[in-house]
Amino acid sequence: MKTLKKTFLIAVIVIMYAPILILAFYSFTDSANIGAFQSFSVENYITLFTTEDLRQMIIGTLLLAILVSVISTIFGTLGAIGAFYSGKKINRTISSVNQIPVVNADVVTGFSICILLVIVFGIDKESYIPLIVGHVTLCAPFVFLSVLPKLKQMDSSLYEAALDLGATPYMALTKVIIPQISSGIISGFALAVTLSLDDYFIATYTKPAHFDTISTYVVNATKGSQTEIKTALWALSTIIFVIVIAIVLIANLKTESKEGELN
Amino acid sequence: MRFTRRSLRIPYIIFLLLFVIAPLLVLFYYGFTDASGRISFANIVGFFTDENTLGTLFYSLLIAFVTTLVCLVVAYPVAYILGTSNLKSKSVIIMIFIMPMWINFSLRITALKEILTLLEGNLSYHPFLNSVIGMAYDFFPFMILPIYNVISKQDSSLVEAARDLGATSFQTFIRVTLPLSIPGILSGISMVFLPAMTNYVVLDMLYNSTYIMGSLIGSYFSSYNWHSGSMIALVLLGIICLFTFFTGGFDEDNENAGGAIL
Repeated sequence: MKTLKKTFLIAVIVIMYAPILILAFYSFTDSANIGAFQSFSVENYITLFTTEDLRQMIIGTLLLAILVSVISTIFGTLGAIGAFYSGKKINRTISSVNQIPVVNADVVTGFSICILLVIVFGIDKESYIPLIVGHVTLCAPFVFLSVLPKLKQMDSSLYEAALDLGATPYMALTKVIIPQISSGIISGFALAVTLSLDDYFIATYTKPAHFDTISTYVVNATKGSQTEIKTALWALSTIIFVIVIAIVLIANLKTESKEGELN
Repeated sequence: MRFTRRSLRIPYIIFLLLFVIAPLLVLFYYGFTDASGRISFANIVGFFTDENTLGTLFYSLLIAFVTTLVCLVVAYPVAYILGTSNLKSKSVIIMIFIMPMWINFSLRITALKEILTLLEGNLSYHPFLNSVIGMAYDFFPFMILPIYNVISKQDSSLVEAARDLGATSFQTFIRVTLPLSIPGILSGISMVFLPAMTNYVVLDMLYNSTYIMGSLIGSYFSSYNWHSGSMIALVLLGIICLFTFFTGGFDEDNENAGGAIL
């Protein structure tokens, strides 16, 4: 039974990772199609870093993700604190409205924001405003959701104690509440980064014509027939895969050493 | 005005009103008017009387249903094995299952496409199969995590009690573990079913010419037909509302949604 369970888990992992790993292998060759191995080459990686188009698209995606995540984290955190300390009815209402972008399909969110901002308000897509607003609308509710449970866990008397000791409400907020919920804020920020990086639909409906995120670029590239770009994207996929593994490993080591300290 | 903690809600309320509520109202406005701005039910009547759009609706429901089923059938045993095992490295193994979520979906689908092309030759021969494979591959981790979270938090003494009272391990599973894991299953279903109805870009990337609900919005968008596009979005919203009503997505302590990704 034990070996059966193990075999099943390993089989699922193999199926999940096979495409990414095979692509990673072929990213180090000069073949244009997988299955046709010719010889090893780092040409794809050189193309990836030297093609202006690709470089701009990668930097643009990262800058957008960071900008959007900062804005979303500010809005989401303030919203969560404000809602949590409001009356039950208001808290409930804010939380329910907050759920709408979370459960809504990205296509619908992107399409409706595009209509509102571009068609009704007449804001030019080239100003990047619709794109940034769209991504913040996608991300901020998730920050809200990751901060709220931390507020629930917090000892409510801490804030009162700070006020009794002479802190102004603003000081109590920045010196007491925010440090207490910082883990929720950080995970909300990380969540916002991944959501923004992974988004396709909101970006296609709201982005300026010349600007591309990784997702929109890759989707367009798969429809085109430029082999050089196609295989350079294999290299990009491999690099992202390695970065993700590194981040996960570091995060794991950190939590393990923390647990070690506690024991 | 004196600063209070609750006044912090004001910017967020304005934000929600402007960018969550207002876009929905605009959808209603465009969905129920015609090109000259007059109130019209032509869009909704058109949707429900046109064979093509109705066919697309049923086709995407079918794809979403099969995709969800495939994800559930594979993810449940994985979540169950990991959730009930007492392995030390459990958290590392669950990470391995979730990690693909952090790789851009378009790159993952590119990888999948290359493999499928190698296996099938021409992707356009099996549109339905490829759609389901692509969607299931993309959304699979979203199914594992909520189920795993629920199962790993289950009180193991319940299972022991059932066994002590003479239940076989199969009976224990059917009558104790499975019913207790239903919230996780529902949460997983809601995270897979809706994207599978709308994420048309997965289909596009796999050289698929079949249409799902999301593709309709995409094509109305490219032809600047805001009125019909809004009506499709409203139909999708209706389905989403029904869905969240039945799966409890509006629960106050819906922490799975946020927790599922980190």
